[in-house]
Amino acid sequence: MSETLLSLDQVCADIDQYHILHGVDLVVPKGELTMLLGRNGAGKSTTLRTIMGLTTVTGGDIRFHDQSITGQSTPRIVRRGIAFVPENMGIFSLLTVRENMILAAVSGAMDPARLDWIVDLFPPLKRFWDKPAGNLSGGQKQMLAIARAIIEPRELLLIDEPTKGLAPAIIDDLADAFEQLKSQQVTILLVEQNFNFSRRLGQSAAVMNDGRVVWSGSMATLAHDDDLQHQLLGLGMGEHQ
Amino acid sequence: MNRLFSGDYPRSPVLSAALLLIFLGLALGPFLFDGIRTFSMLGMMCVFIIVVASYDLMLGYTHVVSFAHTMFFGIGAYGIAIASDHYGNGYGALLIGIVGALVASLLLSLLLGLLSLRVKAIFFALVTLAVAFAFLSLVTQLYNVTGGEDGLAVRSPRELGPAFRPFDFKLPGFNLFGFIAAVLSSPGEIGKAFDEALFSVRLSGRHLTYYIAFATMIAVFIFLLRMVNSPFGRVLQAIRENEFRAQALGYRTVLYRTAVVVVSALLATVAGVLFALLNRYVNPENTLNFELMIFILLMCVIGGMGTLYGAVIGTVLFLLAQNYLQDLLKQLDALVPADTLIAELINPDRWLLWFGLLFILSVYFFPSGIVGQLRIWSAKRSSAQG
Repeated sequence: MSETLLSLDQVCADIDQYHILHGVDLVVPKGELTMLLGRNGAGKSTTLRTIMGLTTVTGGDIRFHDQSITGQSTPRIVRRGIAFVPENMGIFSLLTVRENMILAAVSGAMDPARLDWIVDLFPPLKRFWDKPAGNLSGGQKQMLAIARAIIEPRELLLIDEPTKGLAPAIIDDLADAFEQLKSQQVTILLVEQNFNFSRRLGQSAAVMNDGRVVWSGSMATLAHDDDLQHQLLGLGMGEHQ
Repeated sequence: MNRLFSGDYPRSPVLSAALLLIFLGLALGPFLFDGIRTFSMLGMMCVFIIVVASYDLMLGYTHVVSFAHTMFFGIGAYGIAIASDHYGNGYGALLIGIVGALVASLLLSLLLGLLSLRVKAIFFALVTLAVAFAFLSLVTQLYNVTGGEDGLAVRSPRELGPAFRPFDFKLPGFNLFGFIAAVLSSPGEIGKAFDEALFSVRLSGRHLTYYIAFATMIAVFIFLLRMVNSPFGRVLQAIRENEFRAQALGYRTVLYRTAVVVVSALLATVAGVLFALLNRYVNPENTLNFELMIFILLMCVIGGMGTLYGAVIGTVLFLLAQNYLQDLLKQLDALVPADTLIAELINPDRWLLWFGLLFILSVYFFPSGIVGQLRIWSAKRSSAQG
């Protein structure tokens, strides 16, 4: 059993007057890629935002390395080693690719060796290095968003729907990049709607519904149990192809 | 050169030429333009380039909308005026005025930033509006200290006043506008126009004050260029584009926004000090008026927000229009038969109407400001050629 890096214990969160999370229990094992699955509106993105301190926690506890980070400010959580890639390619479109990368290196200058590794992982970034990030395609923007998150060594990456709106060929490229990250034992919590992508990459999985985690276990178990998928995610065989 | 501009060049030949002309015009202004009115306008250009550029740091680079910028400008101007009123016209009084104004602005802007920038942008704008109005009322009512509506005369050190003559000799000047106007009206008499355009300049403390303002403006501009192109400036631009994303990267955006409000306020205070020294008279109308705040906003928008060069272009065009549009209408009015609709429309008394119309048109046709539009055209030309 892997060591737990992040755990959520009965976490509740509100956005304005709405109760979004109703007691989330989640464990993210160290060195693994954990998929957070669920239907639209289940509370997956809010869970990531709550971990990052971007949504107010109204109950429960979030622990990172067995220390509570509940209620801490986002910059403090980032400095603890958690990086967040928001939904819709959270890049700065008016800044160049280079400036986007420099911004993400919060603790100082970029490490050239690490930058080389990232550019090998996402070759299009090199081509558009000094161009405004707004000129990139959807897939390239997503690559930049992920590249930004890993420009400095992080203990945990939280990534929100990286395949949203991308062409299948680009999704394959992204999956290859994630395979490489996995091989480096980077801990990732990935929110995803694309089940094929999740099945290919995920080691463990948690399924959310109505602001709670309703199932958790190994991705392999979920991937091989059609009834469970249908029950938890409403997937038919068609979506698996 | 790259270091001087921090790698942030005008990126348009027309803009580069305009900026060079403005630089030369301001650097040689006292020797190129005759008359006290033009001389005063050149001084105001130096002052307001600082005010507008520092405002653009907030509005254009960080999307922080503040209506309290004139308050900090007024603090600088009144700091000098009150110090000279109490302690005389020595350098000690000048120093007390400058330091006192800067400290007051620092504390006030820090308080305003830390207390208000946590709230939504619209509330921050409203808070600054309320604080600026409260400050204006305070200055108007504290008659014993500020002179109330009447204002205060500024007694600057002797070396900065008109009576001080550092040299006995005079320097040659050439009235460029006068020469061009004379040549245009009588093309055959260039020699006569040339002779009439010559004038002599006897340097005084006013010239010294002007060049202090000019040098400060250049230094502030280079400082701001460096700032917006530094890692700090990059974070500001990230906040402008999406504050949530900047936060998600780990930046304490409230601190950055507060820092911008403070720097901007301090630079406006410096501009206020220069204004007081150049104008030698301050009152609520010429330093704290809400109309002045709108003018600063207009200069910023017309030039182009989010580009410091826009502050230069916007300020110069605005002040030229403000000072010479009425004269231009007078000239045009003389050419049109009286008692016609056109004569009525271009009556010099209606200059404010044309002034407003010009700015509506400029905002309509150049939504990204003059500098933004020039850069778009230049980029289009380059891509068409390449």
